[in-house]
Amino acid sequence: MTLKKITGFAKQEQIRNSSEIHGFAKGRRRSKLREGEGPAAAAFWQKPRSVAPQRHSVTATVSKMAGADGDDSLYPIAVLIDELRNEDVQLRLNSIKKLSTIALALGVERTRTELLPFLTDTIYDEDEVLLALAEQLGNFTMLVGGPEYVHCLLPPLESLATVEETVVRDKAVESLRKISQEHSPVDLEVHFEPLVKRLASGDWFTSRTSACGLFSVCYPRVSSTVKAEIRQHFRTLCSDDTPMVRRAAASKLGEFAKVLELEYVKSDIISLFTALASDEQDSVRLLAVEACVSIATLLPQEDLETLVMPTLRQAAEDKSWRVRYMVADKFSELQKAVGPEITKNDLVPAFQNLLKDCEAEVRAAAANKVKEFCENLPEDNREQIIMTHILPCVKELVSDTNQHVKSALASVIMGLSTILGKDNTIEHLLPLFLAQLKDECPEVRLNIISNLDCVNEVIGIRQLSQSLLPAIVELAEDAKWRVRLAIIEYMPLLAGQLGVEFFDEKLNTLCMAWLIDHVYAIREAATCNLMKLVEKFGAEWAQNTIVPKVLGMANDPNYLHRMTTLFCINALSKACGQEITTKQMLPVVLKMSNDQVANVRFNVAKSLQKIGPILDSNALQTEVKPVLEKLASDTDMDVKYFAQEAISVLALA
Amino acid sequence: MSAISASEKVDGFTRKSMRKAQKQRKSQGSSQYRTHTAPVELSPLPQLKDAPSTEQQELFTQKLQQCCMLFDFLDSVTDLKSKEIKRATLNELVDYVSTNRGVLVEPAYPEITNMICTNIFRVLPPSDNPDFDPEEDEPTLEAAWPHIQLVYEFLLRFLENPDFQPSIAKRYIDQKFVLQLLELFDSEDPRERDFLKTILHRIYGKFLGLRAFIRKQINNIFLRFIYETEHFNGVAELLEILGSIINGFALPLKAEHKQFLMKVLIPLHTAKGLALFHAQLAYCVVQFLEKDPTLTEPVIRGLLKFWPKTCSQKEVMFLGEIEEILDVIEPTQFKKIQEPLFKQISKCVTNPHFQVAERALYFWNNEYILSLIEENIDKILPIMFGSLYRISKEHWNPTIVALVYNVLKTLMEMNCTLFDELTSSYKADRQRKRKKTSIISSMADNISACNNECEFRGSRHLVLIIIIIWTFMLF
Repeated sequence: MTLKKITGFAKQEQIRNSSEIHGFAKGRRRSKLREGEGPAAAAFWQKPRSVAPQRHSVTATVSKMAGADGDDSLYPIAVLIDELRNEDVQLRLNSIKKLSTIALALGVERTRTELLPFLTDTIYDEDEVLLALAEQLGNFTMLVGGPEYVHCLLPPLESLATVEETVVRDKAVESLRKISQEHSPVDLEVHFEPLVKRLASGDWFTSRTSACGLFSVCYPRVSSTVKAEIRQHFRTLCSDDTPMVRRAAASKLGEFAKVLELEYVKSDIISLFTALASDEQDSVRLLAVEACVSIATLLPQEDLETLVMPTLRQAAEDKSWRVRYMVADKFSELQKAVGPEITKNDLVPAFQNLLKDCEAEVRAAAANKVKEFCENLPEDNREQIIMTHILPCVKELVSDTNQHVKSALASVIMGLSTILGKDNTIEHLLPLFLAQLKDECPEVRLNIISNLDCVNEVIGIRQLSQSLLPAIVELAEDAKWRVRLAIIEYMPLLAGQLGVEFFDEKLNTLCMAWLIDHVYAIREAATCNLMKLVEKFGAEWAQNTIVPKVLGMANDPNYLHRMTTLFCINALSKACGQEITTKQMLPVVLKMSNDQVANVRFNVAKSLQKIGPILDSNALQTEVKPVLEKLASDTDMDVKYFAQEAISVLALA
Repeated sequence: MSAISASEKVDGFTRKSMRKAQKQRKSQGSSQYRTHTAPVELSPLPQLKDAPSTEQQELFTQKLQQCCMLFDFLDSVTDLKSKEIKRATLNELVDYVSTNRGVLVEPAYPEITNMICTNIFRVLPPSDNPDFDPEEDEPTLEAAWPHIQLVYEFLLRFLENPDFQPSIAKRYIDQKFVLQLLELFDSEDPRERDFLKTILHRIYGKFLGLRAFIRKQINNIFLRFIYETEHFNGVAELLEILGSIINGFALPLKAEHKQFLMKVLIPLHTAKGLALFHAQLAYCVVQFLEKDPTLTEPVIRGLLKFWPKTCSQKEVMFLGEIEEILDVIEPTQFKKIQEPLFKQISKCVTNPHFQVAERALYFWNNEYILSLIEENIDKILPIMFGSLYRISKEHWNPTIVALVYNVLKTLMEMNCTLFDELTSSYKADRQRKRKKTSIISSMADNISACNNECEFRGSRHLVLIIIIIWTFMLF
């Protein structure tokens, strides 16, 4: 393809020679690429031996890698350059990723005059290569000679900013934004700004979308006439006839507004904002909502009502659910941006509507914001607003038909109790918590349980414990193991808050039942849970309640359960201390070394290694050592291996 | 919760199909941002055919207005009587515009379009199933279909009425109307998309002023589909319309159309759900090439650029499309792309996925392709030979091996001398390689022997490097 046309290798011979020296004969393929040498590329190859002084260090390392002995130290670089045109994408990609090495070796001048023109032409390559190239060029300033020459990087990035593939374009824009900061104000006007203009008036939509992201980086640092031009270009793109460009412009509107002088925000941005917010495509309108946050932050309070609010009100009632969803999703940001007065008058009713929206997506997004919205209400009449306006909607959402809405609500509703205080929580919120604890969807119940700590601070968990128990039991036996796993993780927290008696009475059996779950992840989590419980309730409690049960499982006919005993011992020994470990646990472990299943036996070895440090040296020498020695001569190689490992770790040899 | 069977508890990983079977086919209401006023109850109007002709027009208008009332179909118990009245009225209206002449007087146009817009233009609801897979999942159907279907039917009859005058209608069926119509193509309900397809096609045919606009908007939808959302339900339908539009393009093709081919249709091949619209897409591409054969080279190069790397199903589709293109290719064009194309085909025949290999080998069953290959056998045979020879010995699938034998035989008959040359050079090559391998392994033995004597472990790395260098030198 074009790639080959521009390659041009006047330096073929040279390369071939060096290839022969090093034995990498790739001559056949290269000779095919020989037709059509270009002047720049020719120069590229003519003087490989006279490269800048940096070459030494780079090439030295590279040649070491290649195992060559510095006869032609440029050689590795030649390979990299050569691979920039290899037919194999992967090789081209590798080479592009080492572009900084190549540039360093060539030196700043040849990088500018030879490498960059060549790269500018590679834009017909695979997108993957282009993406890597776009990324590399963002860090190239020093390699072309510092800020003074940074504008040399613009041509290849300009081409990359016009390709179809979005990720490449975005990366090119990102790199352009980065190097724009390295331009001097003069260079910005002479080189960068014309590029932005060219992109903004490109034929195909791709260059215009890329331009949208570049206005805000050059605007603050150019003269006022150029500023006026930039504003004009942005205006044009906001009313572009392809929706792709309008979307790009809308998504950068907020960012652009931030760098503009306030008078232009009022005169220019507001009209663009209003136009985009009433675009015929909902995908454009919803992006205007995002911009609304930044615009509202910039304007003085007294202008908000006339300049922003009409559009925001309209967006909150848009006929497209996507736009309303966006409003709900950005609600807290909007609330902060418009301030307490407007919140009271406008956002409260709007929020109520969103909570009652006909689409579940919108309701769920709004439900997610309930706590944050309430927290940020002006304190003077926060409670009154919540009680009269928000709470009635929340009550309805508790029995919503859609489970996503309910679980979104359940994840934040507990947070309301701290805002409303003890009495209101007991009177109004508690019934809702209880209803959600009985919800048919496990996720809802789980979300409530996982936030119990907020309520605990306000009213204490006792109020809930009667309803909590059935909910926990049901989740503990849920058919989905991920649900079971989630509830296990809250057990230590619950145990701490409910107290030891309640736990012994109601939850202990559950915790033990998890140890024989059929899913390993659950058994593992249950083991870990026991350890945390022991840390909380102490060794004595462990000795009385759980250790006997755990040890009892050592005689279980199922070898997986027998192994669970060992895993529990691993986890518990430290928390239980030397006495319990030596007197109760160790005999059981030792007895299991005769198990007929090899997996159990090598886990015995592993367990002994784990609990060894807790035991006294007497027990180690007289009890542990003989058993490990016996295991070390086991017929099973894994058992042997772990037994030997234990012996050496415990220094029993 | 208690209804979960014991088997499910044990298994935990119930099969997807089982879970799907439990789900029932759902229908969905449109996301009309409902005004909270309940619909007023409708009262039946007299039949149009019973009215005196002087009052018919007035009654027609009244009925159209009556049909602007929208009902909630998700609630299957409310407004039953009114829903039935509207259904009957719509039926009557369909009948009225399709059988009577002279009913489409100028004042009726705004009333008609208003009724249509009110009913069909709505924001489509969020998809019930966020990872909706159109190939596997049942689509969610439109709940209000009993009414909407009749409105579409009415719109179609209206457009097809012999008295229909585009010059009057263009005031109402304008760009905005078309834009909203195009957005509806995203509907999950295939019945709706089917109606839309016919309707858009009629509009394209009757409104010359809207043609360029329609094409441009379809362009935008596709570009958004390719580069932004990857989600649009109506791609196949839009391509079907485009297929017949392309068919009607005048020659020479405008730059705009060529750009559409290269910048939209070819990148459309990269979409994840290509299987859903590939037939229509390939048809469009072939239509273009039949119009203008000089586009063959860029099109094939484009397809080669986007050739699937991991998805065998798509690769089979690409091969199918290439065959369709080769069916209409001109011999001069074929010469221009034969090398890159056959390099790809040569990769395909060695594909371990037998369907890919098989699809590529089927090219040799095509008489026309065979004649093209024969004409250029001196170029193609060297590209294909190595792969074919290798898989004739190595492919795991017996069908493929049998097919390859046939292909090799055909190729041999085309140019026997070249075939013999290639065979002998291939064998010699193989032998040389085998020799090198044995040299390397003996060298490796030597090295490991001397390595054992080395005192420093670090020297192993050095030895490895030496092996690598020797390997490079040999190949």
